[in-house]
Amino acid sequence: MTTEDVKYTSAPSQSNDAYAGVNDDSDGRIFNVGGGDWDSITVAPEGETERIVVNMGPQHPSTHGVLRLILEIEGETVTEARCGIGYLHTGIEKNMEYRSFVQGVTYATRMDYLAPFYNEAVYCLAIEKLLGVTEQIPERATTIRVIMMELNRISSHLVALATGGMELGALTAMTFGFRERELVLELFELITGLRMNNAYIRPGGVATDFPADGVQQIRDTIPLLRTRLKDTANLLIDNNIWMGRTSGIGYLDLTGCMALGISGPILRATGFPHDLRKSQPYCGYENYEFDVVTADTNDAYGRFLIRIGEMEQSLRIVEQALDRLQPGPVMIADKKIAWPSQLSVGSDGQGNSLEHIREIMSESMEALIHHFKLVTEGFRVPAGQVYTAIESPRGELGCHLVSSGGTRPYRVHFRDPSFTNLQSVAAMCEGGQIADVIAAVASIDPVMGGVDR
Amino acid sequence: MTETPAVPVSVPVVPVPVVPDGVSQFEVFHVREGAFGAQGSGDTSGFGGLVELMHMPEPTLRPYGGWFDEVADELELSLTARGIDPSSAIEKVVVDSDEISFFIRRDLLVGVLSALRDEPGLRFEFSSGVSGVHYPNDLHREFHAVYHLLSITHNRRIRVEVTAPVGDPHIPSSVGVYPTNDWHERETFDLFGIVFDGHPVLTRILMPDDWPGHPQRKDYPLGGIPVEYKGATIPPPDQRRSYNS
Repeated sequence: MTTEDVKYTSAPSQSNDAYAGVNDDSDGRIFNVGGGDWDSITVAPEGETERIVVNMGPQHPSTHGVLRLILEIEGETVTEARCGIGYLHTGIEKNMEYRSFVQGVTYATRMDYLAPFYNEAVYCLAIEKLLGVTEQIPERATTIRVIMMELNRISSHLVALATGGMELGALTAMTFGFRERELVLELFELITGLRMNNAYIRPGGVATDFPADGVQQIRDTIPLLRTRLKDTANLLIDNNIWMGRTSGIGYLDLTGCMALGISGPILRATGFPHDLRKSQPYCGYENYEFDVVTADTNDAYGRFLIRIGEMEQSLRIVEQALDRLQPGPVMIADKKIAWPSQLSVGSDGQGNSLEHIREIMSESMEALIHHFKLVTEGFRVPAGQVYTAIESPRGELGCHLVSSGGTRPYRVHFRDPSFTNLQSVAAMCEGGQIADVIAAVASIDPVMGGVDR
Repeated sequence: MTETPAVPVSVPVVPVPVVPDGVSQFEVFHVREGAFGAQGSGDTSGFGGLVELMHMPEPTLRPYGGWFDEVADELELSLTARGIDPSSAIEKVVVDSDEISFFIRRDLLVGVLSALRDEPGLRFEFSSGVSGVHYPNDLHREFHAVYHLLSITHNRRIRVEVTAPVGDPHIPSSVGVYPTNDWHERETFDLFGIVFDGHPVLTRILMPDDWPGHPQRKDYPLGGIPVEYKGATIPPPDQRRSYNS
C-alpha cells in the first residue's frame, strides 16, 4: 500500500456536528485509522527522542497492590524505573511500642497480609529468645507452627501465581490460584477461626489446639491440593505464552542479589540454595526432609518454577509434621508467661473456653487475679535485643526486638523481605520493555502491607 | 579487645546524672520507681520505694565463647591490616542471647563494614538492613543505628551498632559497601532523623515528603483521639493509665 492509497475524508466546510465547538476545525488532512501511513507517523524523527515519565500506580490493577512505579520511557523502552512506596504505612512498629508483648501479635500479623503466620512466628521467636525460653516451647506447639507456616507458604505462593498470572493476562491461572488458596484458607478458618490476620501463634506457643477433626481435615485436603497444584503447574509450565512473557525477563544474577540483599525465590532462581530453614533451622526444621528448590535461569520463569516446587515441598513438610504430632500442651508450662486461658472456637467464633471462665469466676480467686494481671499488664521481658530471622515465602523475614525490661517492646523492627526485594526493580527493569516491568514486579511478589508496615 | 574507651572520642564527656559510676556505656532506658506505675496515690503496697536502673546488657569481656572469638580476632587483624586501630574502632562488645554485637565508632563504620564484608575469614556478604533505636536517656549516644550482617559462607550472624548524639545525628552511609542498605537507611532517616552522610538520595520513604518530624522517636507522640463508646470515653493508647513500663 502506498500513500496514494490512503483515503482522505473531505471535511465538510459546515460541520454537521452539533456538539463541535467553534474552534473544532476539521479542515485539512484527516488520518483514518485504517490508513496506511501509520509508520510514518509513529516513527520519531531522526535524532529526536521522546522521553515520558509515567506514573504507574499506586492505584493500578497490575502493580501488585499500592505500589507506585515511576517509569521514564522512550517509546516502549524503560530507561529508568523507580519505586514509590509508603502508601500503606500504618505505623505498626510504633503502635507495637504502646501494647503488651502479646497484643503485639495482632499488629505483626497484619504486616505481610499474605503470610500472617510468618509475621507472628518471627515476632514470637524473638520474644522467646529474649526470654530465654526457646527450649521450653512444647513440641506440639512447635509442630503446629510448622504446619501452619508451610500451609501458609502454599497459600502465599498461590496468590503470587494467581495475581502474577492475572497481571500478565492469564486469567485462568488467577481463578485456579484463588480457588486452591481457598482450600488452605478453609483449614486456617477451621483451626484458628480466621482466614487471615489470625494472631494464632502467641509468645509461648499457639492460641489454641487443633480442633478434634483438624488433623483429619488437613490430611484430606493434601491429596486434593496436590492434584490441583499439578493442574495449575501444567497449565503454565510448558505454556508458550507464559514462557514468552517470563523467560529472560526480570534478570538478576547472584552478584546483583547479594549486593541488593535479595533473598527467597529470587535468590534461589540464581541457582544458589540459600534457605534459612536449612542453614539456620528454627522450629525444628532440621527434623524434616525437604529439598531447597532452585533454578538457574535468573529470571521470572525460574522464580515461577521455584514457587511451584516449593509448594510441593511444603506439602511434604506438612505430611511429616502431621506424623510427628503428638498429644500434649500447646502453650509453655511457665505460668508467668503462658496466656492464662485456652481459646476455644465455638459456633459464634473464637473466645475463652467456658471451663476457664467457670474456674476464674466461681472457683479460684487466685486464678482470677493471675488472669487479670497477665492479661492487663502482661509479662516482663529482660532488657536486651535480639534478631531472629525465618524463611518466609518471600525471603528472609527478620525481627529486631529491643526490650527495656518492661511489659512492652521498646522497639520492634521488621526486616520484611518484600521491602528489600523491591529495591531490585531498577536492576531488573531498566533497558527492558514496559510490558516486562509487570512480569518482573510480579516475579518479585512484593506485598505492600509488609513493605510499608 | 582488652580495653574500651568509655565514650566515642568525638563526644565530650559529660556526667550522666541518673547513672551510677562506671556504667556510662549502658544504653539506659530509664529509672523505674515503684512497682505498678500508680502515681500520686500514696504508697499503699510498700513497693513504692523501689528504684531500678533499666539498661541494656553490660559489655562482655573475652572470651566471648564459640565462634564469637574467631570473628573478633579476625576483625581485629583485618582492621589492623587496613590501618584502623581496633581498640579505637570497636567501642565495646556485647554478647547476649547467643548474639554478638560490635559497637563501632561512627567515623570508622565504613572501613569496619568493608573489612567485615571482604575479609575471607569474615565474609559477611549479606546485610539484613539497618534498624534505628532511640534511647533518649542514653546521653550523647541517643541514636543507635543497628546493622545485622549474615555470613552465608560461614553461617554466622553478627550485629554492628553505631551511635550518634541527638544534637549531631550523623552517621556515614553504608550504601557503598552494602547497596541493599539504600532503602533501609532512607527508612531510618525518615523515622528517626538519623542523617546518613554520603547516601545517594536521602529522602523520606514511608512518610509523605512534607511530613514534619520523625515518628519513631520516643518524644514523638503516637497520636490518636479519645473514643466514646456507650457513654464512656477511652483516651488514645499513649495517654491511658498504664502499668510501669
